[in-house]
Amino acid sequence: MNSPSAAILPGRQGLLRRLADTLWRRPRLLLLLMLAPPVLWLGVIYLGSLLALLVQSFFSIDEFSGLINYEFTLKTYRELLIPANLDIIVRTASMAAAVTLAAVIVAFPIAFYAARYAHGKWKAAFYIGIMLPLWSSYLVKIYAWKLVLAKEGILNWLFSKLHLTWLLDAYLSLPLIGGNSLSVSYTGTFLVFLYVWLPFMILPLQAALERVPGNLLEASADLGGSPRQTFRHVIMPLALPGVIAGSIFTFSLTLGDYIIPQIIGSSRLFIGQAVYSHQGTAGNIPLAAAFAVVPIVIMGFYLWMAKRAGAFDAL
Amino acid sequence: MSTAVQFAGVSRHYGEVKALDQVDLEVFEGEFFAMLGPSGSGKTTCLRLVAGFEQPSAGHIEIFGETAEGVPPFRRNVNTVFQDYALFPHLNVLDNVAYGLMIRGVNKAERYRSAEQALEMVALPGLGQRRAGELSGGQRQRVALARALVNKPRVLLLDEPLGALDLKLREQMQEELKNLHRQLGITFIFVTHDQNEALSMADRVALFNDGRVVQVGTPREIYRQPDSRFVADFVGSSNVLPPEFVASVTGEQRWASLRPESIYLTPSAGHSASVVAASFLGGSTRLSVDVDGLRVNLMLASVADVPAVGERVFIDWKREDMHLMESGA
Repeated sequence: MNSPSAAILPGRQGLLRRLADTLWRRPRLLLLLMLAPPVLWLGVIYLGSLLALLVQSFFSIDEFSGLINYEFTLKTYRELLIPANLDIIVRTASMAAAVTLAAVIVAFPIAFYAARYAHGKWKAAFYIGIMLPLWSSYLVKIYAWKLVLAKEGILNWLFSKLHLTWLLDAYLSLPLIGGNSLSVSYTGTFLVFLYVWLPFMILPLQAALERVPGNLLEASADLGGSPRQTFRHVIMPLALPGVIAGSIFTFSLTLGDYIIPQIIGSSRLFIGQAVYSHQGTAGNIPLAAAFAVVPIVIMGFYLWMAKRAGAFDAL
Repeated sequence: MSTAVQFAGVSRHYGEVKALDQVDLEVFEGEFFAMLGPSGSGKTTCLRLVAGFEQPSAGHIEIFGETAEGVPPFRRNVNTVFQDYALFPHLNVLDNVAYGLMIRGVNKAERYRSAEQALEMVALPGLGQRRAGELSGGQRQRVALARALVNKPRVLLLDEPLGALDLKLREQMQEELKNLHRQLGITFIFVTHDQNEALSMADRVALFNDGRVVQVGTPREIYRQPDSRFVADFVGSSNVLPPEFVASVTGEQRWASLRPESIYLTPSAGHSASVVAASFLGGSTRLSVDVDGLRVNLMLASVADVPAVGERVFIDWKREDMHLMESGA
């Protein structure tokens, strides 16, 4: 009979090995070492600058000298409420809401198909199809859209070939959403926003739908639920966290963007553009900061409402 | 007795795979009917065809005399207790149970009253405000049962409903299911791979193998008069005796099944055998013996003197306990 091997192997040599043993014995130390860099990064760089922004928004600018007055005041926030600035806020929030709503409607069937029916190759094709637009430059996509939407653009050409120019003209003559051409109308801005942010809605929605077990849909049908009722009472409530996650992206990205409305749309300002212009040439940092706080407040309010409506109950 | 569910030549194929092949079956109204078989034998497919989750590739299904193929699940007055319960995670227990009534537009007060009654019926009163995730396995099972029964279905389908429960709970639930069945008088169709469950609970059992029904009968018939080697082997771990051996005893070249409890030890007469293994089972002892190279299992009352492994014994059985099956060369 062979002699039995040792029950406990001898300790390994070397500093690295000793370190490995120590970390194994003290998992909290390992956790601390792993978390410290990202927490410092987030805490100091990210939250710190956000806090600085918040502080700036409580300063004001001296209208005559153009210098910043470093005394805490709500004067700058009052300035947000003058009609011209309030218009910007309402315009941006309405656009963000419209884009988000449209993104949910467009994304749902795609995400549902990907989550429930696509397998193997088709699933891979779906992911590539969704992600591919994200890999190309944002500016390239926007300028491509300008070519599509412009008066001399592809869409106009298509409409004229189909002898439907009258339809496009009728649409463009509508107040608010119309304009000289699609590329200088709110409709154009809306379409490009929708296109650019759509993947950010599809992916979380697909992830949420994927987590809905198939047998819940069968259970609903078994209990008498028609497909429409099953959608309303089972799929929608369970997909809601995904919708909320996606809408946080589409909503906040639209609220903050300053490039798309500058290239495509009427020349009226959005919040992002207002921030850009106030902190740049105008040098009105406090007002720029106050404008930048608006999306944060809107998002905070939105999430609070969503939580109250029970959107996160299924998590 | 009128027919609740009838299958005529029903097949369900997935490409090349025949999940169900040419099945004829009749389930009577008010019956507790078990579909028994190993996994992949087609019993669950059969249940899903009754529920309407699947459509037959061929054949005809009738539920209470009405054609069922092409009818979606939500238009069938049939409810299912799912294997893993499939409770809605976003609803509390009461809303889960009331779901079917809510879908049908029953007003809030009335549907909650019915749901409470259903919860009482399954011995779970007062848990309505909990979420499904906060319940134990046994409680979820009862909620699933209440959720199905509250709709007063004409047929209740149960897909391995006790599979996930531990032994004690399972035995208790078996008892309760039988009581519920007696109380309600509706048709129960029960899918299981556990032969004890099927035999102890069902009025009749259909035994499935490879997408086909191999035998239908009362538990007694299935147990005592198996049609084939498969049935004898699957139900009650019977001894399947090969034709040569049977011929030496009866003169007939046929397979035979012999229940372990029908075999007894004798002082000298009968077949000479040597003990290969003995397992103590609490209420009895299972003895495994070797008779001229043939392995035979028998059950001894545990008070009896258990022979040691390797000892020579004599075993015998009554001729009528040996059930002859298909002939074999």
